[in-house]
Amino acid sequence: MKAAYIHSERFLSYRFGKEHPFNPLRLELARSLMTDMGLLFPQEIILPRPASERLLRTVHSPQYVNIVKRLGQGEKMDASLFGLGTEDNPVFPDMHRAGSLVVGATIRACAAVARGLVLHAVNLAGGLHHAHRACASGFCIYNDISVGIRLLRRHYRMRVAYVDLDAHHGDGVQWEFYDDPDVLTLSIHENGRYLFPGSGGIHELGEGPGLGFSVNVPVEPFTDDESWIWCFDSVVPRVLSSFRPDIIVLQFGCDAHYLDPLSHLSLTSTAFIHAARSIHQLSHRLCAGRLVVLGGGGYDVFSVVPRIWTLLWAELSDRIPTPDTPPDWRARWRGISPLPLPVRLRDENTPKCQVPVFEVNRLTVARLLDSLHWL
Amino acid sequence: MLVADIMSTRVVTVNVSDSLCHALATLQKERIRHLPVLDGDRLAGILTDRDLRDMSPAVLREENIERLSKLRVGEVMKSPPITAHPLDPVEDAARLMYVHRIGCLPVVKEGALVGILTETDILRCLVELMGVSRPSSRLEVVVPDTPGHLASVASVIRDFGVNIISVITPASKKEGFRSLVFRIATIDPRQIKQAVTALGYEVIWPPDKR
Repeated sequence: MKAAYIHSERFLSYRFGKEHPFNPLRLELARSLMTDMGLLFPQEIILPRPASERLLRTVHSPQYVNIVKRLGQGEKMDASLFGLGTEDNPVFPDMHRAGSLVVGATIRACAAVARGLVLHAVNLAGGLHHAHRACASGFCIYNDISVGIRLLRRHYRMRVAYVDLDAHHGDGVQWEFYDDPDVLTLSIHENGRYLFPGSGGIHELGEGPGLGFSVNVPVEPFTDDESWIWCFDSVVPRVLSSFRPDIIVLQFGCDAHYLDPLSHLSLTSTAFIHAARSIHQLSHRLCAGRLVVLGGGGYDVFSVVPRIWTLLWAELSDRIPTPDTPPDWRARWRGISPLPLPVRLRDENTPKCQVPVFEVNRLTVARLLDSLHWL
Repeated sequence: MLVADIMSTRVVTVNVSDSLCHALATLQKERIRHLPVLDGDRLAGILTDRDLRDMSPAVLREENIERLSKLRVGEVMKSPPITAHPLDPVEDAARLMYVHRIGCLPVVKEGALVGILTETDILRCLVELMGVSRPSSRLEVVVPDTPGHLASVASVIRDFGVNIISVITPASKKEGFRSLVFRIATIDPRQIKQAVTALGYEVIWPPDKR
């Protein structure tokens, strides 16, 4: 089997509330679209197990894990210093269990690839890149990515290249491995001057022995396919090739899409297909195909997320999707979608950026490459 | 914020009776541009790389170097120096440097040199003030430049239970208006934007989608 898809209906338990923008239903929308399109088969699906506390503590403080558990069991306390019980990260029942399952799924994906059981493994429930050591942030309770990379480092002794395409900077993962020369973190995101979390400037390059192994490409608000792809092509292949990883971990948040309500970027399926194909090819060229792919942001759960993640899976599984989504799939979700479900799998509109951002993005990339002396 | 909070307390100095050659070597060795000059333990003046450059001969002929080594720091330094006190507000010190077009202020307390404040210290301070210290989103609102509007917008943010990480209030390009630029600790400022707009304010950032 070439690629595995980690999935469980229990992923739906990672839910902050009815009105909250982080809606796990997108995972069911995406998986059912892949299945209905004949792109995903039952034998490719692997069930996850919750991660052990011992694993969580390779990244998170014991005190923090303890607080997540107690809040999830209904204990009342002010945990805002830990980022919990806030507007972004409200407390919900059994949140420790829900968070551990996401981490366990990423661990499954990492282990399956590291042990050579599959070439690629996908966990779209994962990618919770904002969680810090002792603080929830931006809808992320436990940082499944950091725990997964920690395992790949300690247990499998691999050099890990982490690539983060979410519209938001991958701050939690960057800070966790900021001084580690064996973990490269590379994040392309909307400039922090405008978007959460605010970090991810080109001057954030790592520290101590890890200097030069944190790479950030902050792009301007309203950046469109043409400019984003240019930035991606100018930095990602070059940086990854020089680093020579043993494995690539990809965070494939799709909130940089032009329809996404939480970012101000203007990408379409064209950019996402380009990025998926490029990283897929790089994994074969650089590290024998070893590639772990995680989800991330994506807040238009009906019109955008299922399509983009289906295109991602099609690329990884070397299958060619039909141009249209199946009528069965649209009928299945019609009842709860506020808008008609999309008929075309790829975007047909291509928003052209009205603001002259390409020049600024070019300058950002030039300045960044100037400071990466090891290339 | 006070000068004492951001000044450097390790100060490299020279003496009025030192040779210019010594001063030049000190600047180069320490990779600095400003030298407070002491007379005994009293601050007597300031010597900068520019003063030294002005004195340096265009061509380093033997006799020029000899002349340079004979000159004493006390003959070339600017005196009396413009100084700051450790309890001066940073903005006053910055204004002093800006108005007098100088690159540093020796910091003097009760007659003794206790530190030095340079352009670099001011820039570092600005970088930290304008930068983002914690995960947060930008919210920019234009309000009339009259009392109460900052409080109205801030109370909307409070009602959503969201922490304000920083706020700066530059003058707006619009006459009679002011910009309020917040960093607020949320990934999703849409509802706050909506509530602030409902109060009649113009929200510049985040923009509307679609």
